[in-house]
Amino acid sequence: MESFALLLAATLNAGTVLAIAGLGLLINERAGVVNLGAEGLMLIAAIAGFATAVHTGSDTLALLAGALAGGLMAAVFGWLVIWLNTNQVATGLALSLFGSGFSAFVGIGYVSEKLGKRPDFHIPVLGDLPFIGPALFRQHPMVYIAIAMTVGLGWFLYRSRAGLVLRAIGESPESAHALGYPVRRIRLAAAVAGGALCGVAGAYISVVYTPLWVEGMVAGKGWIALALTTFATWRPARLLLGAYLFGGVTMLQFHLQGEGVHVATQFLTMLPYVATIAVLVLISSNINFIKINMPASLGKPFFPGA
Amino acid sequence: MTVHTKRSLLRLASWSALAATAALVGCGKKEEVAVAAAPASAAASAPAKAPPLKIAFAYLGPAGDHGWTYAHDNARKAIEQEFGDKIVTSFVENVPESADAERIFRDMASQGNKLIFGTSFGYQEPMLKVAEDFKDARFEHATGFKQTDNLRSYDSRSYMGAYMAGIIAGKMTKSNTLGVVGSIPVPEVIRNINAYTLGAQSVNPKIKTKVVWVGSWFDPPKETEAAQSLINGGADVLLQNTDSTAVLQTAEKNKKFAFGWDSDMSKFAPEAHLASAIINWAPYYSKAVKDALEGKWAGKTATWWGVKEGANDIVAISDKVPADVKDMVAKAKAGFMDGSVDAFKAPLVGQDGKEQLKAGETADDKFLGGMMFYVKGVEGKIPSDKK
Repeated sequence: MESFALLLAATLNAGTVLAIAGLGLLINERAGVVNLGAEGLMLIAAIAGFATAVHTGSDTLALLAGALAGGLMAAVFGWLVIWLNTNQVATGLALSLFGSGFSAFVGIGYVSEKLGKRPDFHIPVLGDLPFIGPALFRQHPMVYIAIAMTVGLGWFLYRSRAGLVLRAIGESPESAHALGYPVRRIRLAAAVAGGALCGVAGAYISVVYTPLWVEGMVAGKGWIALALTTFATWRPARLLLGAYLFGGVTMLQFHLQGEGVHVATQFLTMLPYVATIAVLVLISSNINFIKINMPASLGKPFFPGA
Repeated sequence: MTVHTKRSLLRLASWSALAATAALVGCGKKEEVAVAAAPASAAASAPAKAPPLKIAFAYLGPAGDHGWTYAHDNARKAIEQEFGDKIVTSFVENVPESADAERIFRDMASQGNKLIFGTSFGYQEPMLKVAEDFKDARFEHATGFKQTDNLRSYDSRSYMGAYMAGIIAGKMTKSNTLGVVGSIPVPEVIRNINAYTLGAQSVNPKIKTKVVWVGSWFDPPKETEAAQSLINGGADVLLQNTDSTAVLQTAEKNKKFAFGWDSDMSKFAPEAHLASAIINWAPYYSKAVKDALEGKWAGKTATWWGVKEGANDIVAISDKVPADVKDMVAKAKAGFMDGSVDAFKAPLVGQDGKEQLKAGETADDKFLGGMMFYVKGVEGKIPSDKK
């Protein structure tokens, strides 16, 4: 039972990275922008965050630096794909490759650095409850912030006027343009906000999750986050659940080994992607389902006045 | 300029920028000349002096990993110190254990390196191929088992360090459950898991060991997750056969204990660090260079050095370890020195209860080199074990 509580805690922790990055990408995609550069962007944010943590000793500043780095990269990406109308897929892939190379390059000097003592988080009273305490209430604040962000984003998209405009631009930028909304600027804002969230997730990896820096340490989490948005059919709450599910699978592969259960770890590592393909097949088999859920202008360039 | 050409130009620019970055970052190759070459005039007047011996190293990880590669790089620096301007060393970091490795070894040989060290098991096949084509270069392969006329292998008895770490672990555990983060299930790693368990059992017969494999030599996020699972499963003293400090740092965060591996890792976890089982490659590298300089280098040999030759040791033992336990470790070390202690001694019982070494038998290098079974007390199964 104790070990199950700890597995749950580890799952929440692993899922948080995916959830934050996934929410960021969801904002992008709701506005019609696909950023396949998430992995590279997270890597750059991870080294930015780690370097900040080394020099300032502050985890909060490190996460902010990650957000800043992510936002900047996304701004460049946004300028390329929104104003210059470069192909979103190609630009995103280029950003991803650039990010992994660039982060490795600037990070050379940080490989053997270490961070100071890691703080211990423990909510008083709740953290002492049996079972629930170790499972839920001894986590890094970002774990709870991710849940709050999911609720916030759900409210923003479906209950606020600004969210309606964002969704409208994702569905039909031409109509939004005709109504007088600045489509490009809103798309850029969405891209930057999404990039900043990916950046926070990247910095969380290098500062909180595995407090060190090595080349390529994001290790595919950016790609899983991209898969998650589709898996969740672009809904925040589903995305959070999906993140915990995918996080659970990564922790389960080690937990099972420790318990002496013999499962090929490669099989479990593969599961999130298989699940995503299954969801894609499911939603693609019903054309109406896609129409309802997938932002109609996803990945398509918009030419005002065309 | 039309929108179209502008776009394709831009794309071209971004791709070429990308390619340049990739080329720049791909391999962090550095060449370090130990001492500046003697002035030309001196060289001209003095009797013809032999050009320095060019030595190249291929590293698996970054030189700053503070583990396996760091230990090799320290030894490289040590031979630079020792041989001064007689040698020039260079190294390539992050050499993958794939077809890419062959290209890198080929480069090293074509650049005139006459002594080439490959510091990971996975370089065996690529090195064999390149050694075939460059008969005048000498190749040294770490942890391998194949040799040719110009390729020989060397290794350290890291299981001795694991055994001594086990003695400390056996005394420091409260749950009687140890944990090991395994890398890739090859005999070397399984030997270390067994030695760690046997060392602990030599002072505490109730010891059980849990093992989680991450399938990689260097993957800090996975090592963290694996260490966390072991701790969640009740293990309270961890050892890792992976190359980063992630396991130690995870133990620190969870207020458990762990060991440094390959290099002294004490500074990464002041509370959790119990000791570091280290490898010192300098004595062997010094011998290899001397052999090459004096023309005594010969292939087809396998060198396997341990505590006695100064290749393995346990260092930086924490103050948390009681004095009597430190004495036990010192005794084991003295025993490894004079050969009176053996990590694997008969009767050696496997996990399945089968006697792997019967009374009177000793664990020779062939037995150790092919160890693909867990000893009694290790839980779980070896991943590649189909039985």
